[in-house]
Amino acid sequence: MSERAAPGTAASASAVVDVPLWRRPRVRGIVYQAVLCLVVALLAWAAIANVSENLARANIATGFDFWNVTAGFDISQTLIPYSAQASTYGRAFWVGLLNTLLVAVLGIVLATVLGFLIGIGRLSHNFLVSKLCGGYVELIRNVPLLLQLLFWYNAVLKALPEIRESVALPGGGYLNNRGLFLPDPQIAGGGAVALALVAGIVLAIGFRALHERIGPLGRGRGRTVVSTLLVLVPPLATAVVVGVSVTFAYPEMGRFNIRGGLEVLPEFVALLTGLSIYTAAFIAEAVRAGLMAVPKGQTEAASALGLRRGAALRLVIVPQAMRVIVPPLTNQYLNLTKNSSLAVAIGYPDLVQIFTGTVLNNTGQAIEVVVVTMAVYLSLSLATSALMNWYNAWITPAER
Amino acid sequence: MTDLAAGPESHVAFVRTTPAPHVARPPLPGGPLHWVRANLFATPLDGALTILVILLAWWTVPPLLDFLIFDAVWSGSGRDACLPSAQNPDPGACWAFVRTWFSFFIYGPYPLAERWRVDVFFALLVFGTAWMLWLDAPRRDLGAAFFFLALPTVSFVLLRGSTTIGLEVIDTALWGGLLVTLVVASVGIVVSLPLGILLALGRRSTMPAVRLLSIGFIELVRGVPLITVLFMASVMLPLFVPPAWSPDKLLRALVGIAIFASAYMAEVVRAGLASIPKGQYEAARALGLGYWRMLALVVLPQALRVTIPNIVNNTIALFKDTTLVFFVGIFDFLRTIEIARVDPAWATPVTSTTGYAFAAICYFVACHFMSRYATGIERRLAAGDRR
Repeated sequence: MSERAAPGTAASASAVVDVPLWRRPRVRGIVYQAVLCLVVALLAWAAIANVSENLARANIATGFDFWNVTAGFDISQTLIPYSAQASTYGRAFWVGLLNTLLVAVLGIVLATVLGFLIGIGRLSHNFLVSKLCGGYVELIRNVPLLLQLLFWYNAVLKALPEIRESVALPGGGYLNNRGLFLPDPQIAGGGAVALALVAGIVLAIGFRALHERIGPLGRGRGRTVVSTLLVLVPPLATAVVVGVSVTFAYPEMGRFNIRGGLEVLPEFVALLTGLSIYTAAFIAEAVRAGLMAVPKGQTEAASALGLRRGAALRLVIVPQAMRVIVPPLTNQYLNLTKNSSLAVAIGYPDLVQIFTGTVLNNTGQAIEVVVVTMAVYLSLSLATSALMNWYNAWITPAER
Repeated sequence: MTDLAAGPESHVAFVRTTPAPHVARPPLPGGPLHWVRANLFATPLDGALTILVILLAWWTVPPLLDFLIFDAVWSGSGRDACLPSAQNPDPGACWAFVRTWFSFFIYGPYPLAERWRVDVFFALLVFGTAWMLWLDAPRRDLGAAFFFLALPTVSFVLLRGSTTIGLEVIDTALWGGLLVTLVVASVGIVVSLPLGILLALGRRSTMPAVRLLSIGFIELVRGVPLITVLFMASVMLPLFVPPAWSPDKLLRALVGIAIFASAYMAEVVRAGLASIPKGQYEAARALGLGYWRMLALVVLPQALRVTIPNIVNNTIALFKDTTLVFFVGIFDFLRTIEIARVDPAWATPVTSTTGYAFAAICYFVACHFMSRYATGIERRLAAGDRR
């Protein structure tokens, strides 16, 4: 116990030196870390040795040569040209990735809209509306997503009438157990309009930035009106000048199938419905927590200023709540993207179904395929959270 | 009043000498009519919404009740009972189907004669869980030892069997139904809690190698879907170990679930550790406690206590995620329903919906009560803080 002498006495300086080497925190730390690194390295080495031995025995190739081999299987939904005879496994990978992105992006949009409505509805003064929204959240959150997807696909969409008894939708679409058939918009000269739209958005962002830099260029509504005009006028003007025509290719009811139009797979409908409804419940909770985190005084101050409830929400509450809402919202977007991998349960051709399913089974190259899949999801996660962090920094009002 | 206070010489015109008569209080804005007006029809929009919700309920609730209860078929021995007939032209849920397949949903293909072993496992699990969840239970340290050490060992020997003690060995391929769901969920908890604590400590460690390894593991696992972790465990794990070991399917899925759950648990525990004031660490150090004793005696008891609601919420998520073992060929509860619903002996238009409704009710009840428990604990902890 002598080395625990009171600090400041003559003994303490020499006592520290007397501590045996293995008792010094620094030395211990280095030893612990060295041991840990050694163990991890040994495990990795053993695993790699086992892998090469196992692969050699099972006669499985290694490396990414399979990437350029012809795939030879069909995919039911392709956003880029793909054919079983001519396209490679690499092409199939991109088809799957694009399908995943398609369902994730659409799901995020739908889930956000639904989630905000329900989250705000839960705090409504209307008794029935708040109970309905509460019930929705409670029910949806407590049932596994996989079960919900199976329900939408097997119990709802598969139970729809057959082609001959298709449900005719208003506007010329059909709904049956083979999917959703919608009029396909054919836009001539759409490229120029899209370009003009992008230009308009850039102009509007520039206007807002200028506005913030050199002070008010217009008050309240005026600013919104100018921004909206900047976004809307260029594409409309281009449309008038170039002469855009939009025609719809309507789906036609044949004897045994439906020809033409935009065919949406039932798997896609089920996956999108399930993901949006499930994630919306979690987004609603995040929105509710965010709104409740704004002090009550803010609501009272807003109503003392004479703002109605809608205006108070839009101008006072939501802007402050957003910085509380955005981090959990980011998490939910990531979850939705990751959960889209459950597509494999109902056979929607997403990245996991095509790549980790079919390609893995055909090539047997488990390690390459699983590592590539994980890398893709990891980069998607990192990209989404980087984007949302930037958005959060942008919307957070400057703190005084 | 000021006149009176000014003094006796000032002139007082009138002083009331008798008490004023009682007047009944004005009616408070109350009663059902007021409630309806304030809560349902405050503004035109509110009124419209109210009517919309009532219409929605009118369209959905009675058909739902008809389907689940009034038109449902409760008994029968085959599909004929659940097909449209003269007495029941539009049959609802086919509960007879669930009753017939019920034991398969619980035990899967586990041999009939040995199912008492599963029942004992259920009883032990309920006992251990209750001991852990009841915060005022006596000897919770013993409870923890039971839950994290005794229960897994005993359950494994019991369910798997062992020839040395005369229990027939039952291959894990024959495990199924609720049994597998509970095994997967409880292995997830039993492994992820200790591992998650270690990872969380590693992430807060001052040693760079430990910290980087922990962060790398946690972020990697949290950045990918569970399904890819399960695929990794199911197709890559057999390659990583010597061929003689060749882990069976269930074990591979359990490894995947344990890895996944640990990363998420680590983040939950980290939040708890962060909520402990720095003074607690410093006080423990000042008392001369070493790192592990400081954790065991001062930090973790407080940190885990405030983390209980989040641990339970994490458990709910894990419980729902156990359905994903479906993809690596394990017969969990949901998978047994998927198998049963396509049974040709019960092929009716309502069989699938009935199966899913049954599964949804089971999952909902379990998750709902867990989340009620978490909310209760949260309220109790908040009450403790207020004192």
